[in-house]
Amino acid sequence: MKHEITLKINGETVTAEVDSRLLLVHFIREHMELTGTHIGCDTSNCGACTILLDGKSIKSCTYLAVRADGSEITTIEGVAEEGSNHPIQQAFHDQHGLHCGFCTPGMIMRSLDLLKNNPDPTDEEIRWGISGNLCRCTGYNNIVKAVKQAAKEMQQEKQPAV
Amino acid sequence: MIPAKFTYHKATSVKEAVALAESLGEEAKFMSGGHSLLPMMKLRFATPEHIIDISKIDGLSYIKEEGDLLKIGGLTTQTEMEHSKLIQDKYPIFSDAIKLTADPSVRNAGTIGGNIAHGDAANDQPALMLAMRATVIAEGPDGRKTIPIDDFFHGFYMTALEPTDVLVEIHVPKAEKHSGGAYHKVERKVGDYATAGVAVYLELDDDGVCREIGIGLTNVSAVPMRVERAEDLLRGKTITDDLIKQAGD
Amino acid sequence: MFNCKTSAEVGGMGHSVKRKEDARFLHGKGNYVDDVKLPGMLHMVMVRSPYAYAKIKNINKEKALAIDGVLAVITGEDLAQYNLHWMPTLLSDTQMVLPTDTVMHQAQEVCAVIATDRYVAVDGAEAVEVDYEPMDPIVDPFKALDEGAPLLRPDKENQKDNHIYHWERGDREKTDKVIADADVVVTERIHLPRIHVASIETCGCVASYDKDTEKLLVYLTTQAPHAIRTVVALVAGHVGLSEEKIRIISPDIGGGFGGKVPVYPAYVVAIAATFLIGKPVKWIEDRSENLVNGFARDYHMDCTLAADKNGKIQAFKVKTLADHGYTDSSANPSKFPTGMFSICTGSYDYEHAFAELDAVYTNKAPGGVAYRCSFRVTEAVHAIERMVDKLAHKLGKDPAMLRLQNFIKKDQFPYSSPLGWSYDSGDYEATLKKAMEMIGYDDYKKEQAEKRKEGKLMGIGISTFTEVVGAGPSKDFDILGIAMFDSAEIRVHPTGKALARFGTKSQGQGHETTYAQILAEELGIPYSDIEIEEGDTDTAPYGLGTYASRSTPTAGAAAAVAARKLRDKGKKIAAYLLEVSEEDLEWEVGKYFVKGAPEKSKTIQEVVFAAYTNIPPGMEPGFEATHYYDPPNLTFPNGAYICVVEVEKETGAIDVKRFVAIDDCGNIINPMIVEGQVHGGLTQGIAPAMYEAIEYDDEGNVLNGTLMDYLVPTAVESPHWETGHTITPSPHHPLGAKGVAESPTVGAPPAIANAIIDALTPLGIEHLDIPITPAKVWEAIQAHS
Repeated sequence: MKHEITLKINGETVTAEVDSRLLLVHFIREHMELTGTHIGCDTSNCGACTILLDGKSIKSCTYLAVRADGSEITTIEGVAEEGSNHPIQQAFHDQHGLHCGFCTPGMIMRSLDLLKNNPDPTDEEIRWGISGNLCRCTGYNNIVKAVKQAAKEMQQEKQPAV
Repeated sequence: MIPAKFTYHKATSVKEAVALAESLGEEAKFMSGGHSLLPMMKLRFATPEHIIDISKIDGLSYIKEEGDLLKIGGLTTQTEMEHSKLIQDKYPIFSDAIKLTADPSVRNAGTIGGNIAHGDAANDQPALMLAMRATVIAEGPDGRKTIPIDDFFHGFYMTALEPTDVLVEIHVPKAEKHSGGAYHKVERKVGDYATAGVAVYLELDDDGVCREIGIGLTNVSAVPMRVERAEDLLRGKTITDDLIKQAGD
Repeated sequence: MFNCKTSAEVGGMGHSVKRKEDARFLHGKGNYVDDVKLPGMLHMVMVRSPYAYAKIKNINKEKALAIDGVLAVITGEDLAQYNLHWMPTLLSDTQMVLPTDTVMHQAQEVCAVIATDRYVAVDGAEAVEVDYEPMDPIVDPFKALDEGAPLLRPDKENQKDNHIYHWERGDREKTDKVIADADVVVTERIHLPRIHVASIETCGCVASYDKDTEKLLVYLTTQAPHAIRTVVALVAGHVGLSEEKIRIISPDIGGGFGGKVPVYPAYVVAIAATFLIGKPVKWIEDRSENLVNGFARDYHMDCTLAADKNGKIQAFKVKTLADHGYTDSSANPSKFPTGMFSICTGSYDYEHAFAELDAVYTNKAPGGVAYRCSFRVTEAVHAIERMVDKLAHKLGKDPAMLRLQNFIKKDQFPYSSPLGWSYDSGDYEATLKKAMEMIGYDDYKKEQAEKRKEGKLMGIGISTFTEVVGAGPSKDFDILGIAMFDSAEIRVHPTGKALARFGTKSQGQGHETTYAQILAEELGIPYSDIEIEEGDTDTAPYGLGTYASRSTPTAGAAAAVAARKLRDKGKKIAAYLLEVSEEDLEWEVGKYFVKGAPEKSKTIQEVVFAAYTNIPPGMEPGFEATHYYDPPNLTFPNGAYICVVEVEKETGAIDVKRFVAIDDCGNIINPMIVEGQVHGGLTQGIAPAMYEAIEYDDEGNVLNGTLMDYLVPTAVESPHWETGHTITPSPHHPLGAKGVAESPTVGAPPAIANAIIDALTPLGIEHLDIPITPAKVWEAIQAHS
């Protein structure tokens, strides 16, 4: 059965017909051709498919596309203006928080939600905060450092210029 | 991994959800957060013909104290519980458990009601509910009903809920002075289902004597388990290390 | 530390320049195989066996073919018409592409469903009806050679039992005699269980055959695109796929770790499907398919270590049983069925050793991939490092002191090991001492003594390993006969910017940055002006690919040598431009200058421009060079790792308090990337040490075939890693580099195991096999109290 859904994705309103069983991750990757959101485990363990749904990180492999009707979605492609870096992207680059890059989009989307709820996290809080996102390459040290750097920069950005 | 074909239905009210469940029959399943059901559907361990989405129903997401009770709306997400000041300040047992349940993104979608209604002895909330002697409020074709937690879990993925019942609210005793609880979980890694978990809720009187105690266990049998023998041993006594050890044996 | 010869702007060796490849990944613009979408592309899903060992009586395609959108169901019988139902493995065994009569392990490919849509293909696979007759599988490798055990491979001529091969090195008699006469002997059976690389990206391909041009294009998750091209030509040459018509593109790879070296049956089926149907076919493995196919390790090692009463090691002996599953598909060099396992004598100086191994067939998935490990080095290192600790405990000696006593000394290099390797360089004593100092070893020893008095369980574990990487010299190392050289091709454009291509393939190692740095070092052209390409067999020079820490030792060396060819040419051009003789010129990074008159100089950019515009008479125009590097020896990275743990007696819970890793990987190209590689490898070291193993029940069912149960460590399980370096340059590598990425995966497990077992020593526990889980510790504590 087809359902018409309308949602906002990276600021753009789209309307589409989707099957009941279409997973949100496939809607994003195959219908919207936003392939920065990846599939790693199928069972909501690895977090490669993490996106923001109405500002909260969710695992799009374990979410039906039809349920996103009326929602606002941000994927890795919508984090910063084309050709520029969000502080979190810059921080992953500066701190060498990525190797193969496959987990990176999900890791970044999760980190954004983490920093929204906890703008100044400790190392321990970052580790728990990204515990639903697996990285097989980096050993996490530099991801923790990247999230810390981003936290610092995002807080400074919020403060008025002296 | 792709779920088998099914038909999706969105319910915008509890009444609509119940009516849909009645008309669609046995092959329909409610979905709230979906993080227990959808993985099973993707692995094709579950193949419901109809999914009734209850997550869009307004007004079932709240945490409030009323009278002698803490009332939690069935669709309150684990994250809403985790971030609730009221929960953090007065009901740390939830904070203990929720931090160890799956991971933050799953908790953003997963609901307290779903965690209980799924009837999985490996989920964390059932043990807490047993310890706190919670009451489950469900709404079905004949209106609301109240189910004491001890009558709720019937077997492997089986509960007192009829296929047409929506879990709408959970009641636990309001935190009083000298009351409290804790949850301890042994897991193979963070976010894993419990190898075993134990929830303890205690009320002491002014002299420090245990007035009431509840102990619930996670994932040690087909249903979430209450440890009555240990509760009986401790109730009415001043709790000591030795007594705790006896209760554990 | 490393002295940089170049400015930060040039960014040669020793500079922690930020990675050139990051931007696309950070913006979601990486291009992985599953991101490839070709016009008219079909989707393939495999039907897999629920049984470990069964006869296939019938495959009924009807219900699947009745589904709208299902176009074909391909079985082994279908492939047999083209003689494509079997394929050779790298080690001269044979592997089914699709079975015609028998399945040999759970989740083996049974047939393939091709459909217009991924979802429909999955429905099709569900609808295929396979009639199986299950048989009793061999799951325990120790029972594979029992009398009466079923003969698993009757298809192989002369195969009378389930024994695959026997291998041995060293002098059995002398070693036995030294052990018999020794003051102290320790023995242990050590199992390194089956594990999986579990890269976050699974395997997959998009195969596209154009019937008009007769060209086959395959986007493939492969670490070795050129080798795969040759293998495809060898396997499918008889149906008309010849090598010049085959193009393999390895796009961005989401982690490889050895798991993306083999040719998996589904690749071949996808190629057959596109060849027959004439439309592109995509196959993407799901996680469960990934975890139950392919494996690493699975060696059962009976170890004996002998020493005199003072602790001087005298002899080591190891007898191994290797469980290869139903075929030997190990991704090893041809002449090395057990890889570099004979590095098992370790970092210690003694004369006598003997290693032997028997490999057997069982009803398990084939694999034997070199998981972040230069072919069985992990097994070898675990064996010797566990045994050295066991010896220390038996002698009542500090494991650090015992190691210092027995190390090969700095002045003994090049060192001939008892089993025939020539270790190139190292300073093991300095490396261990640095690790001890960094962690505060003596203080921890005191703290441990205090804690033991209180009945608390605290352990300190050391591993001082020697790796052997960079295969390799072509006189010894080949894959299917192809020598294991690697290649670099440099084109410097008239404006002084460059494009360089390599036969290797990065899967996260940062080649686009480090290769540019090598060229910057050699040519003085800023790294930011150099583009690096790999992975497209139509454009890149032939090479054997990236695994076994071979990229820097081989392709990195090729880059340096090719660049030096260019520098020689540049010198001739500079001499012409400056009107001096070549002998009058000297080179310093980025320019040639006249000896004694440094103001008379030509920059590399000026020289390159002249190579296109003002060519010396008689000289070949252009500024390009290619080199195929055949290394004279392997390199021997080494390290000293120390781990401190506390164990909770009541629950067996293990808390890793500290972990210090000092690596000696020779000269360092990019310290930031090296450190990152070490971090990642360490987490892949704690994984098998404490969390991961593929488990089977007696029926051969895999018990943990999803990431719910196959426990890949998160940021919570992974400790904060502390790292450092010593540097003894490789004497034979043009850059003095050795390769690093595998050392931590190899070195960490025994350090962690040694620490946990050290904590449990007061209870009388002498050994536990990895993964050492709280449950295993708890059981051991119960059994010893």
